[in-house]
Amino acid sequence: MSEVVLNTVIKSRGPWATAMRRLWRDRAAMAALTCFLIILCMCLLAPVYAGWSHAEPFKSTLDATIQINGQTVNVMEQSTEGLGLGYNPIGPTWQLGNYFLGADNQGRDVMSRLLYGGLNSFLIAGAATVLTLFFATLIGLAAGFFGGVVDAVLSRVLDILWAFPVYLLAISLSIVLIAHGIEIGPITIESGSLWLPIFIIGIVYIPYVARPVRGQVMSLRQSEFVMAAIGLGASNSRILLRDILPNVATTLIVFIPLMMALNMLTESALSFLSIGVQAPDASWGTIIQDGQGLLYSRPMVALAPGLAIVLSVLALNVLGDGLRDALDPRSKIKLGRG
Amino acid sequence: MKKFIAGAATAALMTVAAATPSSAEYLKEHRGGTMRLLSHAAAGTIDPHINYTLQYWQIYQSTYDGLIAFQKAAGADGFVKVPDIAEEFPKPTNDGKTYVFKIRKGIKFSNGKELGVKDVVASLQRIFKVSSPTAGGFYSVIVGADKCIKDPKTCTLEGGVVGDEAANTVTINLTRADAEIFDKLALPHAAILPADSPTSDVGSNPLPGTGPYMFSAYDPNKGMTLVRNPNFKVWSEQAQPDGYPDVVQYDFGPTEEAQVTAVQNDQADWMFDEAPADRLAEIGTKNKEQVHVTPLTAWWYLPFNNNLAPFDNIKARQAVNYALDRKALVNLFGGPVLASPVCQVLPPGFPGHVDYCPYTKDPGAKWSAPDMEKAKKLVEESGTKGQKVTVIVEDKAVAKSIGVYLQSLLTELGYVAEVKPISPDIQFTYIQNTNNKVQLSVTQWYQDYPAASDFLNILFGCSSFTPGSDSSINMAGYCNKDVDAKMQKALALGVTDQDSANKLWAEVDKAVTDDSAAAALFTPKHLDFVSKRLGNFQFNSQFYWMVTQSWVQ
Repeated sequence: MSEVVLNTVIKSRGPWATAMRRLWRDRAAMAALTCFLIILCMCLLAPVYAGWSHAEPFKSTLDATIQINGQTVNVMEQSTEGLGLGYNPIGPTWQLGNYFLGADNQGRDVMSRLLYGGLNSFLIAGAATVLTLFFATLIGLAAGFFGGVVDAVLSRVLDILWAFPVYLLAISLSIVLIAHGIEIGPITIESGSLWLPIFIIGIVYIPYVARPVRGQVMSLRQSEFVMAAIGLGASNSRILLRDILPNVATTLIVFIPLMMALNMLTESALSFLSIGVQAPDASWGTIIQDGQGLLYSRPMVALAPGLAIVLSVLALNVLGDGLRDALDPRSKIKLGRG
Repeated sequence: MKKFIAGAATAALMTVAAATPSSAEYLKEHRGGTMRLLSHAAAGTIDPHINYTLQYWQIYQSTYDGLIAFQKAAGADGFVKVPDIAEEFPKPTNDGKTYVFKIRKGIKFSNGKELGVKDVVASLQRIFKVSSPTAGGFYSVIVGADKCIKDPKTCTLEGGVVGDEAANTVTINLTRADAEIFDKLALPHAAILPADSPTSDVGSNPLPGTGPYMFSAYDPNKGMTLVRNPNFKVWSEQAQPDGYPDVVQYDFGPTEEAQVTAVQNDQADWMFDEAPADRLAEIGTKNKEQVHVTPLTAWWYLPFNNNLAPFDNIKARQAVNYALDRKALVNLFGGPVLASPVCQVLPPGFPGHVDYCPYTKDPGAKWSAPDMEKAKKLVEESGTKGQKVTVIVEDKAVAKSIGVYLQSLLTELGYVAEVKPISPDIQFTYIQNTNNKVQLSVTQWYQDYPAASDFLNILFGCSSFTPGSDSSINMAGYCNKDVDAKMQKALALGVTDQDSANKLWAEVDKAVTDDSAAAALFTPKHLDFVSKRLGNFQFNSQFYWMVTQSWVQ
């Protein structure tokens, strides 16, 4: 019996492999990831779709015509009944490549704009997330590790940012910067650039990530392995990069999908208010705004991007929950013996 | 045969006339009830000497009077001026620089005080004391106005406005003859108010007036209520007739969508705001009996900054003018039923207007189609291709869609174009200030009064261009000395010979259009959507729908 025990090699998995395994077994998270990837891939194919459909996503085509079932139809239709009031874009044709979701009030293909808009929304949300996480990690590490004056100053800066309602701050910054762009030393961001919403959204959410990171770093600073490293004379940078950062990484990873979701919502809100992505570029927020004036006659213009936002944000939130469960050592998810 | 027909027609007309009730009979039959009006928002101060919005000018027609009034009549008859507080039109003396107005007796303010000479003098002084937005523009021609503009608090208009209690007259002396002085005196900014009115903006505290209605409540966040003025007696049917409803309730708040639904459901009698584009087809079919569409003397246009690249180059300006698809722009406004394409400044039917359109496929009187080929050639010749152009528009549906269209068009012409929508609250002043370096914008101008100068001299006169100011209404910064001299000549000629002056204005219109100082887009029409129960709808060309001349029962 004892021989058998001695000959059995128990392979232990590393924490990352265990986490991946947990995530793989979380059906809801996997479904969310699949949904998110499908939407992302569709958006990445926007230029291919627009080229194939020959419908203009950015240029006003108020006098364009299309063929539907062998008949020539105007993309913008003048009302012919009653007093002849009103001029509406064509509704969904449900024919791929042929104004599938109809046109907006400039005669532009809604489907193409939806895909391009998604691309911009993902780009802004993703880049803003990177910006937020980078600065939040820097601030959190510095404040939590060094403490004292450094912590006091950085925490007060975060408090000031935290004191503003996020949307109010984002809207205020956008209104101020959207007209003239930003010029900070050698860095210039033009007013119509996508970098402007990225910068604004990236900045306003820093306290949301920096605070928990700081708390975790403060806790790790007192842990035995860090005290041991300090006792052995390791440099601050080594301790931060080799001992503390890897332990904070799981928190940061969980934040990625959650911040992406939050950033997508903020970007949509800013673009809806005309202070995010600027015309003729599209984002899901700008398309909803375009559709606002057509809600009664052509609801699909606003509904389609609205639905895309709901699906993407839901998928990212569920994925975030799954990641948290997977990376949490106290997770209650039972592992099989595969 | 001819005589018989004429006789029969006369007999028929007499029969109809006999069968048609007089206005007094109508008044007896339909008097009473509450008229309910809706608007998304209030229009600011209730002070008639300060408020400069069509929304309240329309309401002031039933609450205030001036020395002169625009006739309360439907259509272009609304442009006709009639004596109001003044007994009659005074004859100009002193080479057209002096007018002696005889003040009517027996007119009372809604607070019960009788209107007198001192009220007229104080009201004309108050225009300057409250720094009315048109004090410097319209009334600076009065002797002493220059001092009043510099120091409003101590304004007396000494030598400019002289009251004579014994003769019951007020004499107005001008620095020069002004053919439009009666028009200016008929505007709400020259309304006659009690002499003891505060000499500052009254904000939301209404002032007593002399009209058939008075404000009983005003809260910019909720609404306003007009009730009958107990001291009103008709002194001139043309200037100030009595009204039909007992109460006018004007509520603020509902969105345009909600306003349409409320009028459809007979929960409101009229909506101030434009019906949303996606409801037009519906109301034009389901509620067509309740829709009234009327042409306006107004224009939507693009003021080019004539002093900033690329539009400091006439060829660049003309290129955009040739490229504009005005039919598409009309459609963005709601279609041909709601607007007509134009190429010139003066609206159709306006004094001095002569059809003229050089910026079209086949130049002539009317616009037919864009000429992209010519436009692209002009851009090449101008050497401005590749330059950056920013279009500033109001963040409102129609203006924004025009901006997006322009961005697309300018890109096609070879410019690097972007469109910037900014809040409607600041866009109009933002585009006037040269410090903001606005190259191109989308804006509108609605007439103050029916005179060609109100478009040409105001929008393109050298004196209307004030660099660095938010009040530089000549947004194009256009100042052509020859054209300006012609405008001054036309203004002077109007005092003695209005027809000849209008011919001169037509030449000015052509010159400004040829210089492509701005690009005319279209002349809008006004859509009034009213409830089923509202009767006797009458549209006055000067102040639009005459609210209290309609009945609700």
